Amino acid sequence: MTRIEVNGEPREVSGATLAEALAELGWGTAKVATALNGDFVPASARAGQALRDGDRVEVLAPMQGG
Amino acid sequence: MRDFYGVTLDSPLMLGTAQYPSPAVMEAAFRASGASVATVSLRRETGGGQAFWQMIKGLGVHVLPNTAGCYSAREAITTARMAREVFETNWIKLEVIGHADTLQPDPFGTLEAAEALCAEGFEVFPYMTEDQVLAQRLVDAGCRVLMPWGAPIGSGLGLNNRYGLRTLRAAFPEIPMVVDAGIGLPSHAGDAMEMGFDAVLLNTAVAQAGDPVMMAEAFGLAARAGALARRADPMAPRDMAVPSTPVIGKAWL
Repeated sequence: MTRIEVNGEPREVSGATLAEALAELGWGTAKVATALNGDFVPASARAGQALRDGDRVEVLAPMQGG
Repeated sequence: MRDFYGVTLDSPLMLGTAQYPSPAVMEAAFRASGASVATVSLRRETGGGQAFWQMIKGLGVHVLPNTAGCYSAREAITTARMAREVFETNWIKLEVIGHADTLQPDPFGTLEAAEALCAEGFEVFPYMTEDQVLAQRLVDAGCRVLMPWGAPIGSGLGLNNRYGLRTLRAAFPEIPMVVDAGIGLPSHAGDAMEMGFDAVLLNTAVAQAGDPVMMAEAFGLAARAGALARRADPMAPRDMAVPSTPVIGKAWL
């Protein structure tokens, strides 16, 4: 298991990549954008993005804004 | 008419999507206002994001994602990249905030982010003060739209520095400009349009009105009225009275 932080919450994931972790967390098909440790990770790069203990993942979705 | 990165808008009203009493009221407000652009944001997914996005798509308006809440160029650049992927648009309302109390834009961070984003092909709408020097630097960076504030975000104070806005408008005749933030009343929106601005962007004034849908309609009408008046070339004001009824032919009584 890899211990990471997802949207500020500690999570444990078994997947080795960002794509696998997202699917595991229920965002496999959702319209979301991802960042890893403050840097944008395009959807097309998630499958090749390995995760390590302590990584900070942000999963953002469309929201109200002014 | 000046366009926004090649897009001509049907209405000069850009409307925010936050703070409404309910999603249904927001939807009705958009329809009543005739707004042509909806601003949206990206936040941590907590479950409502997908339905919200479907509703926004259903409005049939242009979507302008923002980088609201970012306090550094780095945060804003990352947010913009994420927004481009999710919203599938090169448009980005660039906000780099410099102070938590005034929500005044940080001119240095805004310029740094604008330079990076323009180089990456973004079509940047920078939220800025009415500073003319900053405006020139943003145009040099590649911005083809400028968004000076009227007053601090959410304050409803209107056009705080009419002189500054007027001189900014005159200094960049080719650049489309949106007065963004601080607009509290339809008269403020009409005023900005009469001054030659190309659009107004507001949120709180509609969303927090007692009747948001009615206020949205009022803003739509005011923005259109101001735009029409500008195109109609207003008369010049003068200090002395001039009779409008002909003097010739008046009876000798």
